[in-house]
Amino acid sequence: MSQTWIILGATSTIARSFARLASGRGDGVLLAGRDIDDMAATASDCAARGAPLAEVIAFDARNASSFKAILDQASGIEGTLSIAVFVGSMPTQDEIDADPSLISGTIVDNFTGPAEFLTMIAPLLEARGNGTIAGIGSVAGDRGRLGNYVYGAAKAGFHTYLSGLRNRMGRKGVHVMTVKPGTVDTAMTWGMDKLPFLAQPEKIAADILRGADRQKDTIYTPLIWWPVMTIIRLIPERVFKKLKI
Amino acid sequence: MTWKTSEYSGWGRVHTANSAAARPERATALAAIVEKTPAPAVGMRRSYGDACLNDGGRMIDMSRMDRVLNFDPETGILHVEAGAQIGQILKIFAPKGWLPPVMPGTGFATVGGAIAMDVHGKNHHGAGSFGVHITEITLMTPKGPKVLTPRKNAGLFKATVGGLGQTGPILSARLQLLRAKGDVMIVTERRVEAWDEFLALLDASDATYTVGWIDATARGDQLGRGILEEAETGAGLVTAAKRGKRIPVDAPSFALSPSVVRTFNAAYWRRVPDRGRTVVKPIDDFFFPLDKIHDWNRLYGKSGFHQFQCVVPIDAADSLRAMLERIAGSGLASPLAVLKRMGPGRAGYMSFPMEGYTLAVDFPNKVAATRLISELEAATVEAKGRIYLAKDALSGPDSVRGMYPEFAAWAKVVKSADPGGHYITDLVRRLNLRTA
Ligand SMILES: Cc1cc2nc3c(=O)[nH]c(=O)nc-3n(C[C@H](O)[C@H](O)[C@H](O)COP(=O)(O)OP(=O)(O)OC[C@H]3O[C@@H](n4cnc5c(N)ncnc54)[C@H](O)[C@@H]3O)c2cc1C
Ligand SMILES: NC(=O)c1ccc[n+]([C@@H]2O[C@H](COP(=O)([O-])OP(=O)(O)OC[C@H]3O[C@@H](n4cnc5c(N)ncnc54)[C@H](OP(=O)(O)O)[C@@H]3O)[C@@H](O)[C@H]2O)c1
Repeated sequence: MSQTWIILGATSTIARSFARLASGRGDGVLLAGRDIDDMAATASDCAARGAPLAEVIAFDARNASSFKAILDQASGIEGTLSIAVFVGSMPTQDEIDADPSLISGTIVDNFTGPAEFLTMIAPLLEARGNGTIAGIGSVAGDRGRLGNYVYGAAKAGFHTYLSGLRNRMGRKGVHVMTVKPGTVDTAMTWGMDKLPFLAQPEKIAADILRGADRQKDTIYTPLIWWPVMTIIRLIPERVFKKLKI
Repeated sequence: MTWKTSEYSGWGRVHTANSAAARPERATALAAIVEKTPAPAVGMRRSYGDACLNDGGRMIDMSRMDRVLNFDPETGILHVEAGAQIGQILKIFAPKGWLPPVMPGTGFATVGGAIAMDVHGKNHHGAGSFGVHITEITLMTPKGPKVLTPRKNAGLFKATVGGLGQTGPILSARLQLLRAKGDVMIVTERRVEAWDEFLALLDASDATYTVGWIDATARGDQLGRGILEEAETGAGLVTAAKRGKRIPVDAPSFALSPSVVRTFNAAYWRRVPDRGRTVVKPIDDFFFPLDKIHDWNRLYGKSGFHQFQCVVPIDAADSLRAMLERIAGSGLASPLAVLKRMGPGRAGYMSFPMEGYTLAVDFPNKVAATRLISELEAATVEAKGRIYLAKDALSGPDSVRGMYPEFAAWAKVVKSADPGGHYITDLVRRLNLRTA
């Protein structure tokens, strides 16, 4: 049966790769985000690559009144309905230290905005009894690091939310997957130096699609981050607090 | 916009440059950069020399602006962002029965790079250069997008096609795709014994796609021997191309030593049976034979390599033969050597193609090779031919202007499009193309 993805944060570099890949195998895409013109270009691209449905719709994580229209459109989509959440923002820790009011926006973009949307749309998916919700978290959410612990905290909150959502939705046949990318070569990280195991967005997109097909609960992508983060999570806090990693 | 400072090099890895690069992913981001900090645009850096470098300055990396904006299945007109790669366009549209009108020997080249060099392909004798098939270009100027066609802003159009990026970043273009029978190639390979036979076969060929591999180490009676490939598109089934392999490290210097190359070339030539043969190939195998090995440029080791490519008029074929003789005598050539007949089709003031024969040969970056290349360049000038700036890394300011008869017209348009010289690249600086 045909599958359609609602892609939240569709202007993200990784989301664009994901939308293309899904289109190439015949999935539909409903691109949701703030920059309508840019999403229209991606929609044309997706249609050329084979998406049977490629449309755009406004979505702002910081403005919950934008959610309803997406729900309305979603309820008219036939076949399997799935959702992939790429929304996120990462001010540097220095920017945040200089202006702590940035914290709430960071939490909304990475966690509470998407969580509110997913909570609203959950009954629709439960009623359909199928589909996937893929939430993009981050390895940064696995441990609070010196360099970006507000972003990390927001992602950790999102991870925990997704875990609970999985527990709920799994009972109704809806699969929830937590995606934890390592460092990815995107607009978000362009210009940062010395990023370990830097991956291309196409690789992350392929892992997300494969993970969704195989109904994985949590994936680290690229896979190297699974052993890396397993070790990092095992470091006792008494030692970790002195490290700069 | 964030700028990332790194060391970059062209495909030949001879020239390097330290630059701060921006990598916009959407039109508004590109517009903001061009308004505040205009800088030369680059694609996938498949130019061999320094056309894609700007040492000590800024660059705009266009590789992430690569979307299909519109396709009209009735007319075959494709509107695409300039960072889209030719190989990607092929992959999306060949199954629908359409091909990029012109394909250079690498599918990694972007539409922007293909326009800025007005590239040619194996169908040049019939189809002309890439620019011939461009119906519209959108340039990003400090005042916003500006549309050029062969009729509207015609001077700027002709200065942009083949214009080395000097009129500013190309945002998108419309190109006329070509109808294809299917997504495989039916290729006839023929062994050619020597130079005169090669030219005769090239002259007589009526195939849509024609290219000659030449053994640039063969001398005497065998001078100019090689393999002629003639091809048409076709429909049918073949196995898909395998995934790319990588060259993990820089190769040691003996990897392409003269005796290795001579042995390889002889075997490669004999691989095709005496009587010739017809084979069916996946379309990208035929057009982009080297792309399957990523980073093959590392085979030449750390010091890199050069490609010499020139074109000479039909009546100067003997001069080209003399050049090949010199190359064969030097024992410096690598296995990569190509001979082709070009048609007259070109679309810009500074476009490389002219009706005649083009020869392209790779050399490792050694003193003897650079000396040989400058001799070959002098011979090209004498033959009233020209060298290809997408490949050049060695020429100086003196000869290039003379080779390109419409240089003055180009320079004039470029001067008014970019009075501040923001789009000057290392190649343009080396060849002194922007001073009166
Ligand atoms: C293996 C191989 C085979 C090749 N075979 C052929 C061949 O058969 N025929 C042929 O003609 N060429 C051939 N080439 C050369 C290649 O096609 C050209 O150098 C082409 O320009 C490379 O495209 P690019 O996107 O990498 O451009 P780059 O090398 O990154 O840039 C080339 C030029 O284009 C300009 N440019 C790039 N993008 C833009 C843009 N968006 N707006 C404005 N200016 C821009 C740059 O400023 C620069 O001057 C070959 C190269 C390789 C490596
Ligand atoms: N890059 C990495 O190394 C990395 C690593 C781990 C996890 N991630 C996560 O992967 C996801 C995708 O990021 P990316 O790397 O592709 O970076 P990106 O291109 O910067 O993507 C971020 C996206 O979030 C959108 N967004 C931000 N705030 C929003 C809001 N209030 N409402 C709607 N959309 C909003 C942005 O939209 P606009 O275009 O409108 O600004 C943009 O599309 C993010 O969740 C990120 O945290 C990235």
